Amino acid sequence: MLSFQDVCFELKHYWARQGCLIQEPYDVEVGAGTMCPETFLRVLGPDPYRVAYVQPSRRPADGRYAENPHRLYKHLQLQVILKPPPDDVISLYMKSLEAIGIDLRRHDFKLEEDNWESPTLGAWGIGCQVMLDGIEISQFNYFQQCGGFELDTVAVELTYGLERLTAFIQDVDSVYDIQWNERWKYRDVRFQDELQFSVYNFEKADVAALWQGFDLHEKESRRLLDEYAGLTVAEEKKRFPLLAAYDGVLKCSHLFNLLDSRGAISVTERVAVIGRVRALAVGLAQAWVDQQYGAREVAA
Amino acid sequence: MKTANLLLGVGIEEIPDWMIVPALDDLRRRFLTALEKFQLHEGVTVETHATPRRIVMWATGIPVKQADAKETVTGPPASAGEKAAEGFARKMGVEVGQLKKTETPKGAYWSYKRKIKGRRTKDLLAEALPEVFLGISWPKTMTWTGKSGARFIRPIRRLVAVYGGKVVPFEMAGQKSCNLATGHRRLHGDKNWDRIKVHDLESVKEGLRRNFVLLDAAERRARIEQGITALLTGGALRVRSNPKLLETLVYLTEYPTPILGGFDPKYLELPEEVLVTVMQHHQKYFSVEDAAGKLAPHFIAVMNIDGDPDGIVRHGNERVLRARFNDARFFWETDQKKKLADRVEDLKHVTFQAKLGSYYDKTERNVEWVKELGGNEHAQRAALLAKCDLTTELVKEFTELQGVVGGLYARAQGESEAVTQAIYDQYEPVPRTHEGQILALADRLDTLESFFQLGLMPTGSKDPFALRRAALGVVRILVEGKHHVAIPPALRDFVLDRVRYYFREVRGYPYDEVNAVLAAGSEDLVDAADRLEAISKVRPTADFEPLAASFKRIRNILRQANFEGTAAPDPALLEAGPERDLYDESRRLAAQVKGLGYHDALAAIASLRSRVDLFFDKVLVNAPDEKVRQNRLAFLAELLREFSTIADFSEIVISGSQPPA
Repeated sequence: MLSFQDVCFELKHYWARQGCLIQEPYDVEVGAGTMCPETFLRVLGPDPYRVAYVQPSRRPADGRYAENPHRLYKHLQLQVILKPPPDDVISLYMKSLEAIGIDLRRHDFKLEEDNWESPTLGAWGIGCQVMLDGIEISQFNYFQQCGGFELDTVAVELTYGLERLTAFIQDVDSVYDIQWNERWKYRDVRFQDELQFSVYNFEKADVAALWQGFDLHEKESRRLLDEYAGLTVAEEKKRFPLLAAYDGVLKCSHLFNLLDSRGAISVTERVAVIGRVRALAVGLAQAWVDQQYGAREVAA
Repeated sequence: MKTANLLLGVGIEEIPDWMIVPALDDLRRRFLTALEKFQLHEGVTVETHATPRRIVMWATGIPVKQADAKETVTGPPASAGEKAAEGFARKMGVEVGQLKKTETPKGAYWSYKRKIKGRRTKDLLAEALPEVFLGISWPKTMTWTGKSGARFIRPIRRLVAVYGGKVVPFEMAGQKSCNLATGHRRLHGDKNWDRIKVHDLESVKEGLRRNFVLLDAAERRARIEQGITALLTGGALRVRSNPKLLETLVYLTEYPTPILGGFDPKYLELPEEVLVTVMQHHQKYFSVEDAAGKLAPHFIAVMNIDGDPDGIVRHGNERVLRARFNDARFFWETDQKKKLADRVEDLKHVTFQAKLGSYYDKTERNVEWVKELGGNEHAQRAALLAKCDLTTELVKEFTELQGVVGGLYARAQGESEAVTQAIYDQYEPVPRTHEGQILALADRLDTLESFFQLGLMPTGSKDPFALRRAALGVVRILVEGKHHVAIPPALRDFVLDRVRYYFREVRGYPYDEVNAVLAAGSEDLVDAADRLEAISKVRPTADFEPLAASFKRIRNILRQANFEGTAAPDPALLEAGPERDLYDESRRLAAQVKGLGYHDALAAIASLRSRVDLFFDKVLVNAPDEKVRQNRLAFLAELLREFSTIADFSEIVISGSQPPA
């Protein structure tokens, strides 16, 4: 039986053999692997790219004090980007399941419609969820728009829910019973993490401080984007730290999620705050495309 | 003319199940239109088939080439001179001597009758098929090879096109045509399972079947149904029929096989609504009941493979269902810790619509509406609590259960049965109880009014807030629940549109009867429905349509005379005989029908027919004496008024002959 870490290893090996660069997780909090620069920025522009990485994804509102066997504040995704998508992308994916010991002739494998949209990132895609014996284990997404850009070179994104997948393979009812390796279980590794962050996210996080943080990161990101927009000298543009501005966007997005889980965002504020993060993300994407590809396209 | 058959097969990544059937209809229509344009459509038959991964079209009897045709091209007028004729001949590629002069009403013109050689169908198909196929209309399309590439519902991965046994050479969405189909994703009968040679529909069906794909939807449906029957032999259990789910599964699979699974009976303590929703909506399982109709701890899942000999798939599905039920139970218990009544404040955090504020605001408005509609204290209480389930974990997880969950919680928390049922039913087309109907009416009327105030009424086919449905809901509740409530003036035209739709499409009344009834008054829809029912009963009787024709005649006479008076006629000025008879009879009838139901009243009015006919036979409305004439018009106007309160008969369209003017 494969352990949790075996599943990660085997999938990374498999995708490495398909020509993917194996990245390490990004070191700023994200709500989904899609938000990492390795996806959000790489799907922009015309350059082909193939990358795979495991990304911890934080969704403060999904925390359950480690009491719910399936819901986690932080879960691990394996994110694969294939740009452009190969014709046989689905059979490639199916072979990846076989690489972790799932004999698809003996299981019920279905692809069901599930399109993806992220208003905060100005992004959407067409896709499906992969159902294996009635459980959703992965998502397929053909990016159509990102950062407000209609994408010309389409990328496909495959996202594996690693806890679900391993629980399926190990046939356990609770993610906490997953064998991480031979010696330790998921519970041993993650229990405190889930408990303490649930307490923090729902009870202790200081709303005023979170708002301050949000404003601060937004201001810094905005300042950088404005400065970039004013640049005229090509060399200055080339070395300008747009990546730092993007980290600010990620910080804002995470703080928004925290505030939301704290119940601190009212109905009237909500749309406006999402709009603020979106404005940054779209502005950043536009600047990035300009800096990297000199494109004159205007983001929608 | 020699004919040949076309096989078109397109392999596509999994198409959303619910889009497939309409797309097949569209493909067929588009293909026939193209053939018609080429004059190749006579005698052609087209059938289409699909699974989630392929669309197949089989067209038989297409002529192998177009017939040669002749066409007369008209040139310049003969009067334009030699030069013009030469120019025209040059354009046609002939000598002036080959031109003809054709006489037209505008004078003589040069003309030339030219031959058009018919083209080979194979070439026409190669040109037309990409546009025919890629033009299928879908709710949402994508690109996968960039903006300049194809746009379709999902990426196209295989193209089979064979006409008269030979591959039709063309490219579509980056795929070159061939005669090789591909089988099931995982189950393979042939060694070359992804290169199955095909030349006609039969070879496709056979080749695919060998490789675990049932191309025919009817065959997949039968396999599911027979499989379920086989699973449930013994008779202790029976499946709960769900035609919509069945269709979903037919178009979600290529080789469907049902299996029977079970769950711990302890979950049967949860409300059945929750269990069934989890099974049917979330897991796409059929639920199963015992002989007494009670939900049984079993389910039927439909796999996309040929069997589950070791029970692996069953085990996996049981595991998922257990997790789902556990969640539901956890939510059910957690939600009970805070009563609905204590959740009203929480609605401030739930958006109704960005510009219309929160559900708290909507709740306040709904309560006011309920009061205005005369709702009792139960209805008012229900309106206050109706939206509170939106803050529960169970509804956040199972959104389709909103309302139902509110009702279940209300009952568990000791609210009255009237309140409970009203909340439970609030999204039903017509709630069971009076309180439920008042609540649903209030909710829909408020929604309509709020959106209209923002100017967000639907335009054309776009109706993002489902306001037409809300309006139809209002109509159904008013009519079927017999609520004598007038529609607010601002919503009148919009709702009346739905009233017409409802009476015609839902209830099946002829449009002229609907028009006749609504023209006589539409304030009270219950009353309108009663009048409509009476009309449709009386209509087949011998006197009705002739009388309607006479009423139309009266209206025309009044219109032509520009008569708008409403004064009563002076009986003294009426002529003895048919006029006086009609007058007396109509007075008698007018007094009589006041006490009658609509049906009897209409039957009585219809009995006027012979006297009306006699009147028009014998009496000249346009009497030479002005006073007599005006009095006669006043009489007819009164007759029309008096007997048009149930329906405006002049709206009735008389079958057969045109009514006399």
